Amino acid sequence: MKSRKDGGDRLFQAAMMGFALIIVLLIVGIITELTRSSMLSIKHFGFSFFTGMTWDPVFENFGALPFIYGTLVTSLVALLIAVPIGVGTAIYLAEYAPPFLRKSMSLLVDLLAAIPSVVYGLWAIFELVPLMRTNIQPFLGKYLGFLPFFQGPNYGVGMLAASLVLAIMIVPFIISISREVIMTVPHVYKEAAYALGSTRWEAVRSIILSYGKTGILGGVILALGRAIGETMAVTMIIGNNVTISPSLFSPGYTLASVIANEFTEATGNLYLSALIEMGLVLFIVSIIVNMIARMLIWSVTQKQSTGTTLKPRAL
Amino acid sequence: MVKKIITILAGLGIAATAFAAAPVLINGAGATFPYPIYSKWFDVYSTINPDARFNYQSIGSGGGIKQITSGTVDFGASDGPMTDQQLADAPGRLFHIPMVMGAVVVAYNVPGVEKGLQLTPEVLADIYLGKITKWNDARITSANTGLQIPDMPIIVARRSDGSGTTYIFVDYLCAVSGEWKLKVGKGTSVNWPVGLGGKGNEGVAGIVRQTPGSLGYIELSYAVKNNLAYASIQNKSGKFIEPSLESTSKAAEGVTIPSDFRVSLVNSANPEAYPISGFTWLLVYKSQADPVKGKALVDFMRWAVHDGQSYTKDLLYAPLPQEVVQMIDKKIEEIKY
Repeated sequence: MKSRKDGGDRLFQAAMMGFALIIVLLIVGIITELTRSSMLSIKHFGFSFFTGMTWDPVFENFGALPFIYGTLVTSLVALLIAVPIGVGTAIYLAEYAPPFLRKSMSLLVDLLAAIPSVVYGLWAIFELVPLMRTNIQPFLGKYLGFLPFFQGPNYGVGMLAASLVLAIMIVPFIISISREVIMTVPHVYKEAAYALGSTRWEAVRSIILSYGKTGILGGVILALGRAIGETMAVTMIIGNNVTISPSLFSPGYTLASVIANEFTEATGNLYLSALIEMGLVLFIVSIIVNMIARMLIWSVTQKQSTGTTLKPRAL
Repeated sequence: MVKKIITILAGLGIAATAFAAAPVLINGAGATFPYPIYSKWFDVYSTINPDARFNYQSIGSGGGIKQITSGTVDFGASDGPMTDQQLADAPGRLFHIPMVMGAVVVAYNVPGVEKGLQLTPEVLADIYLGKITKWNDARITSANTGLQIPDMPIIVARRSDGSGTTYIFVDYLCAVSGEWKLKVGKGTSVNWPVGLGGKGNEGVAGIVRQTPGSLGYIELSYAVKNNLAYASIQNKSGKFIEPSLESTSKAAEGVTIPSDFRVSLVNSANPEAYPISGFTWLLVYKSQADPVKGKALVDFMRWAVHDGQSYTKDLLYAPLPQEVVQMIDKKIEEIKY
């Protein structure tokens, strides 16, 4: 009896390890294949590929810096917009909203997550971009125009429009995950906080947010991953111009967009190889951003385990 | 039981004969620009010759060239001619067979100018080089004396995705501007000096329609269907020509066309021609590996350049001129199967 159970256990363990191994193999496979296919470009440009400012398919001179810049800026601005809205909505849904509203809102949020990105892109071209040009950007330019981010010609399309659409696309992820995390906060903690006389806001701040910090940050990382890799909607409205400009009104370009735009018609080995190297760069950028985010979480949880945050702070 | 087995076997026999008589499937891939007319043709042709069925994937001209070279499709399609190097890399001799003609127009959105804008080649090139930045530049107004052109910045729009439309447009700019040829060159994607990149015709048209002061190049058919205003362009003979199917077809009339059809028709010498026009080609091997498929392909091409041309106007493609069709007839004879 005992041995049969052991055998089953071992089989199960081996099977699960096999599945986990598939993930590792997949990632190793992707990296190897990307590196192999971009070897021509890597050898030709070396490190200058990362610092190059031109992208010239005719004279075969390729550099990735404007694309890296565009990818990072649009993703970070999207996070800046989406995190407060997402976490705020999650807190409202989990703590304040009446049950019927909670259910229907959650359904809407899931619906939002299921819309294909090309639909967001089309909506942005026809609705968001005109609004950006006629209302939002003139308003920002008028009141915040002293900042370098809101200067320069106003086209409607550009990095700000792309960031806004990205924000809309990642908000459902942040809401869903944060809400689930907040729901897992044990009632006893909350009740203890109330028993000590804290208001609802104080309970949210000192109990829920500190207890759920790790989980919420995890959700934000997932959202960031989607923002970095998002292709279609961004391509449709970012303006696809190879420049580095501090202004968010300016058109820009992202790593994923240039691959989507040019891969089908790319002829010439060096050109193709450079486009594949862009894929490799995108992979590396995602890994670095993810690592930074993990370290952030790690430092937060470290603090937690050394033990101040779970205790309600001075109420 | 035995009866049952016999019935099943009989059924299998019928299925097998049906399979044997199934139409031959011919696969093709390539340019997106001619996709609407090709699918119309394949649809109509399937009623004329039920024995051949065509399957066409519009994956882009670059993809079409790659696939026909590697032999994964029976024919390729491209909006730009293959280079000598690409032809040399192919395992067999490839023919370029023109199917229809297309034009690229310069659409604009200038408040107060509903129609009738005229552009010279030099002005167009300098706008795309970023050297003319205002609509009321003297070089624009002097060619448009009857129009009230406002003092507005020019917002340049162009394709961000690699495209045959881009190829024809920059091929034209190379033909009319030495500076463009030297600094930017031609290709399905180029390093644009200025401008906003829209994805696809719809992306560029979207920017032009919504942005006052903008100008962008799109396919003629797309501009007509979406009621965008487009400019007349001065051709090689100095005449301002409004883009139309007729003036597009003229680009291939009265000019010398090489026997391999790999020719750029931009800046045509015909005085009636709209200057930003071009062929779109099917790419087929001279020696067809499969006799059945080869015959079906040849029959189809012969039909397409003759009877098939009558379907072009509804879909806003310019038909091939008669003299080109005669040349194609001779070329198709050379294909062996």
